[in-house]
Amino acid sequence: MSDTILSVQNISKLYGLNKSAAQKLLAEGADKARVAAETGVTVAINNVSFEVERGSIFVLIGLSGSGKSTVVRCLNLLHRPTSGKVLFEGRDIGQFSKKELLDYRRSKISMVFQSFGLMSHRDVLGNVAYGLEVRGVPKEEREQKAMEMIEMVGLSGWEHKGIDNLSGGMRQRVGIARALASDPDILLMDEPFSALDPLVRRDMQFELLSIQRKMNKTIIFITHDINEAFKLGDRVGIMRDGRIIQIDTPENMSMHPADDYVKEFVGSADKAQVFSAQHIMVTPSCLIRRRDSAVHALQEMRSNGVSSAFVVDSHMNFAGLLPLEGALKARKNEEPIEGYIVKDVPTVSPEMSISDLMPIAADAKYPIVVLDEGGGLRGIVTKASVISSLV
Amino acid sequence: MKDYLFSFPEQWQFSAGSAIDNWVKQLASDHRELFKAIKDTTIGAINGIEGFLNAIPWWLLILLVVYAGYKVSGKKRVGFLYGAMLFLVGCFGLWGHMMQTLSIVIAAVIISLVLGFPIGILVAMNKRAESIIRPVLDLMQTMPTFVYLVPCVMLFSVGKTPAVMATTIYAIVPVIRMTSHGISHVDKEVVEAATAFGSTTMQALIKVQIPQAIPTIMTGVNQTIMMAMSMVVTCALIGANGLGMEILVATNQVAMGKALLPGIAIVIIAIILDRLTQGLAKKSEMTPKFAKRPGGTK
Repeated sequence: MSDTILSVQNISKLYGLNKSAAQKLLAEGADKARVAAETGVTVAINNVSFEVERGSIFVLIGLSGSGKSTVVRCLNLLHRPTSGKVLFEGRDIGQFSKKELLDYRRSKISMVFQSFGLMSHRDVLGNVAYGLEVRGVPKEEREQKAMEMIEMVGLSGWEHKGIDNLSGGMRQRVGIARALASDPDILLMDEPFSALDPLVRRDMQFELLSIQRKMNKTIIFITHDINEAFKLGDRVGIMRDGRIIQIDTPENMSMHPADDYVKEFVGSADKAQVFSAQHIMVTPSCLIRRRDSAVHALQEMRSNGVSSAFVVDSHMNFAGLLPLEGALKARKNEEPIEGYIVKDVPTVSPEMSISDLMPIAADAKYPIVVLDEGGGLRGIVTKASVISSLV
Repeated sequence: MKDYLFSFPEQWQFSAGSAIDNWVKQLASDHRELFKAIKDTTIGAINGIEGFLNAIPWWLLILLVVYAGYKVSGKKRVGFLYGAMLFLVGCFGLWGHMMQTLSIVIAAVIISLVLGFPIGILVAMNKRAESIIRPVLDLMQTMPTFVYLVPCVMLFSVGKTPAVMATTIYAIVPVIRMTSHGISHVDKEVVEAATAFGSTTMQALIKVQIPQAIPTIMTGVNQTIMMAMSMVVTCALIGANGLGMEILVATNQVAMGKALLPGIAIVIIAIILDRLTQGLAKKSEMTPKFAKRPGGTK
């Protein structure tokens, strides 16, 4: 069930005098540098299209000057695109009347800024309540709402402090609280965590995700940090010279980069964050059933050239692992293998990221078993495959 | 033939001076009523201000200055220093002249602020207004002041009114410049934020841009006051009584001591006004006004 909340259709933004000539050149497929040389027009964004689903996080990533901040400003018309359309719930925001545009900004879409954009002449509460204030919400009501938001971002007790008294991380919490106070459908975030130091950034990313889960907002997030993009994004668009080169899920982008530029960009990502157990697991070659005899188990091991067998019950639910020593003992004592199955085997979910998998793999005596929610065996991850996935 | 190369050809020269004189005279006689009304209002305002200043007992004014000096600097001795300096002016026997001078300065500053503040906002908000007003401001600042003393006298005759007008022309420039500078240099993201949260242009201006620009605007106000003070002696040339007139008279008599005392008095007033308004500008920068309410709102 896909529900597109925002649809961006072929928007371009040009700066300069001779825009029509520049657009003609662009239509012929000229790049940014050639347009600048021939017409003197700067191409900030060039024919960008994407769709954002309600409740998802869409990340735009690119180097500085790639046009990502301009794109996000076209979504609330801080910048007006030179051509193209932005549809919010199917309506062209470029056609909004003045009043409709104000309403759209006041209650549908809000924004968080890189250097916070806070008003130093107001206290925390005054900043958070600003959006409601310009909307005309009565003082009592807007301050109550603002207090809720301040509490949610963990700044209770700071509401009457001045902005200058806050640290960077706290300031951006105020920025987020201010953006959430008007209860918008969409949150635009223009490199919100770039000005923060790495530890604070990690905390803020985590909190943003938990806020997003709680309030189910649609977020459009700008960053130049590929790790941040892959950590937060349901889908990621990568930009270069004003164009979007590829839009995909983080996993697909890692595995199938559209070109060398994307490959290089993605290559700088911490793969351990992107990939999870399901991407590197393999089907166990030696699988036996619980009722099988020790002799059969040994035969299976020998023919597959391994020193242990994975035991499943009749519903393919994982029962344990039978090591070679156990199988040999069972054959000698002529007992069923049941008593020799090792149950104490590390198991993980398919979604567990490789960075979380690594410590488990380091301690494990046997391969790690990947189980789905019902306990069904999905595959195994060996120490070697964990390591090889990172290089 | 050679002459043409070394001295500017005579037939290309023209004298526009008398034409301009006639135009201004014509203007004055055509709009006699208007200029009389302006003059009467201005004189009324100046006399009102002077009356108000004179109604304040000398000791109360000194005490007020002591208190303001203490408030602004946070140091008691600074307040007492300002008070002592003002006391000295009284000792010079120049208290009455000081009040006359102050009333002209205050009238000119009030007119400058009332006109300059909206003009500054206009310059900041509107590109076209900026391209027209900026050169005019440059002209006002570089034109020697004596040049516009003359038309002021032609339009308003001699006395306090042309003095206030000339002072205003000279002193209005910084408040316009600093207001527009302050407003157009508010952090870009802060203005974007105001817009992004659905402020109208007016809301952004009143709730965000002007409050953010207050420290810069206060610097402009300070400069305007200082420039108005520096016009005091010049204004005496067109018949404005006060400290400036004392200096002018003494200069004509080549009386060094008689000129020095009102000179010192002007310096004292200038220092006190400067420090007090500068202190206000700094204060507005350091302690933003917060919603004054104890405790939470829940």
